[in-house]
Amino acid sequence: MQTEPIQAKCKQFCRDFFTQLNAVHIDHLERKWIAISIIIITSLVGIIVIDAFFHGVNPPSKVETIDSASLHLSKEFAEENLGVQTDEKGNVVVRMVAGRYSFFPKHIDVPAETPITFRWVSMDVLHGVHIPMTNMSTMIVPGYVAEITTTFPKPGEYPLLCNEYCGMGHNHMWSNISVIEKEHWTSKQNTPVPAAKGGSVNE
Amino acid sequence: MNNAAEKKLALSHLWVAFAAFIVACFMGEYQVLERSGLFPSLESPTVYFASVSTHGVLMAFVLTTFFIMGFGYYIASTSLKQPVWNKPLAWGGFWLALFGVVLAAVPLLSGKASVLYTFYPPIVAHAAFYIGATLLVVGSWVWCAIMLVMFSQWKKANPGQNVPLAMFATAANALLWLWASAGVALEVLFQLIPFSLGWIDTIDPGLAKTLFAWTLHPIVYFWLIPTYTAFYVFVPKQAGGFLFSDEMARLAFVVLVVFALPIGFHHLYMDPEQAKGWKLLHGVGTFVVALPTLVTGFTVIASLEIAGRLRGGKGLFGWIGTLPWTNPMVLAVILALLMLIFGGFGGIVNASYAMNAMIHNTAWVPGHFHLIFAGTTVIMYLAVAYYLWPILVGKPLFSNSMALVQLWTWFIGMSVLTTPWHVLGLLGQPRRISTVVYNNLLTLSWKPYELMMILGGLILLGSACLFIYNLAKTQLTPLVGEFTAEIEYAEPIHAVGVLPEYLNDLKLWNKVIAILMAISFGYPILQFFFMKTFGSSVWGY
Ligand code: HEM
Ligand SMILES: [Cu+2]
Ligand SMILES: [Cu+2]
Repeated sequence: MQTEPIQAKCKQFCRDFFTQLNAVHIDHLERKWIAISIIIITSLVGIIVIDAFFHGVNPPSKVETIDSASLHLSKEFAEENLGVQTDEKGNVVVRMVAGRYSFFPKHIDVPAETPITFRWVSMDVLHGVHIPMTNMSTMIVPGYVAEITTTFPKPGEYPLLCNEYCGMGHNHMWSNISVIEKEHWTSKQNTPVPAAKGGSVNE
Repeated sequence: MNNAAEKKLALSHLWVAFAAFIVACFMGEYQVLERSGLFPSLESPTVYFASVSTHGVLMAFVLTTFFIMGFGYYIASTSLKQPVWNKPLAWGGFWLALFGVVLAAVPLLSGKASVLYTFYPPIVAHAAFYIGATLLVVGSWVWCAIMLVMFSQWKKANPGQNVPLAMFATAANALLWLWASAGVALEVLFQLIPFSLGWIDTIDPGLAKTLFAWTLHPIVYFWLIPTYTAFYVFVPKQAGGFLFSDEMARLAFVVLVVFALPIGFHHLYMDPEQAKGWKLLHGVGTFVVALPTLVTGFTVIASLEIAGRLRGGKGLFGWIGTLPWTNPMVLAVILALLMLIFGGFGGIVNASYAMNAMIHNTAWVPGHFHLIFAGTTVIMYLAVAYYLWPILVGKPLFSNSMALVQLWTWFIGMSVLTTPWHVLGLLGQPRRISTVVYNNLLTLSWKPYELMMILGGLILLGSACLFIYNLAKTQLTPLVGEFTAEIEYAEPIHAVGVLPEYLNDLKLWNKVIAILMAISFGYPILQFFFMKTFGSSVWGY
């Protein structure tokens, strides 16, 4: 295949484009302002890109599918496997199911200052979950596993709130999480978490 | 020029827009009252979500689309100095869109479509809702076609001449909307309508959200372009000066249209169905579209400065005082820019990949878009109405001072409404909740802000009523004596020479858009057909 004519055409096009662009009258003040704007934008973009590539600051984006209609048959999200677990490597993993209108299990304890990986699935419709004042936030889309890793610096009692409209009971969709000082937290390796305390009232 | 037919066409569209607006404003005030928990008898999620769904659809789809169509028809016929092409077709588009609105309104108002204006599946509404919304969009496509035909007909008839800036912007918006609406059209036609009618059993909510995100970003620029058009082609003249730069305005519109399209994934930052590389790509593009807004801010302020100085303003800031603050258009642009500065700051928070996690789907988000959409964008719709009404009905504005009071109260009301709304978001309040029942101390801190929002909404509602009253009075008061007013477009301070073709035509940009869209949405959509996905079945609400 001959690429030269195409290359030549492209070059010609670019040359024309830029000579025309230069011919357009742009006030010198406006040129300065555009330069300033580009610098501002580039630095904002720069921060984000550097954070993403070098500090691993990324939103939950693990494209992993799951059959939301048969979670109970899946090993991972069967009822007895939900809640907080420590895996072989010592990582804290939390498996949670969102369903109208609560998050299950309804109460969990996690350690502060420790990276925690949440794995969220929905058993019905779209939900969102956010722990206020933290960056533990993700959409929970049926058919997908939403995975997010974060660290809670401050111990305390936090609510988990649903933040995507999921039906008439959306207001009532919440549960609790206790962030416990690292020293006081005991890992319950691979043991099911006992059922609910606290949580939604309209069950 | 006798353009009575064009005037009627524009006026009909604008009345539908503002009728939707006033109805929805009453619903907005009901919503803030209901959410506050002050009136236990009002509390009902069924009514609340039917209301928010209707309010959102009326404001985001009906007010905007009809305003843009009416405004566009009048801009096209007056700036090109030729009649609207194929008026029966234009009226056909109008009636089709209106029929669509009525068709969608029935399930909305009867609680059969409480799916909010984003209608994310697998929750489904009555099929009439989707079909009605589709007809509204098809009606708007008729408008797009007419705009683009008039644009190219004029170019053919006037070779070597520059298309008037107002028409360039309007045609660019038509092109933008054709591209933008394709995403949601695919979602509605291939997923939601068959799903709601029971023709297919399952759909993939991840694909649906991806297609919706295709539309969700550029649609806000579809709403914004008439506002920017007014900034460039009306404001300088109304302020008594000249447009600082015609060429930069065109460049700004081009960048706006091209880069508004391939960046919708900033609405999916928190979603699991798209990978981080794609999100980052769209995130970078999101910052690129900030550029034309920064340029617009500069050009508009520079144009105002020219006007202020021509009117005798001296010193660094003296020109601000000499601006005609009693001209509704000038007042509105100043207030719009103030809201844009704060809204733009909030927008940077939203757009930032990581900060987004703190505010995603919290009350911050409706706070943000009420400020920048109901504030910056809509205040210019109101100002354009004050400007056009006397021209369209051939009578003077009923009351200029009432218009000024109205614009000020819209600004004040919007500040009182949206400031606490942002704070609520930072305090963790989710959006789209009808009551606060979380048994948690945190919620105590929410109370005062919710009360303040009631006040903001009340001011806005009063302001909206003044607006409608003024327009109706303008039209209904019998004319005494003679009155003529013609639309006046701002002149650039430097005469524009022969423009390069790419600032005078859209063909090249259409190709660029096609390439960018293929890059940014090609794989992310195709992935749903390559990987093993599990559909969702129908859910009610
Ligand atoms: C009288 C003034 C207004 C008040 C008091 C008001 C209030 C509200 C409230 C309370 C909500 C529900 C938010 C939620 O549940 O999270 C809402 C939603 C919405 N408003 Fe307004 N609003 C007003 C005017 C406007 C205007 C002028 C526009 C745009 C032109 C607008 C666009 C929207 C949209 C698109 C939604 C849907 C949001 C969603 O579904 O999450 N509103 N408004
Ligand atoms: Cu919910
Ligand atoms: Cu967007």
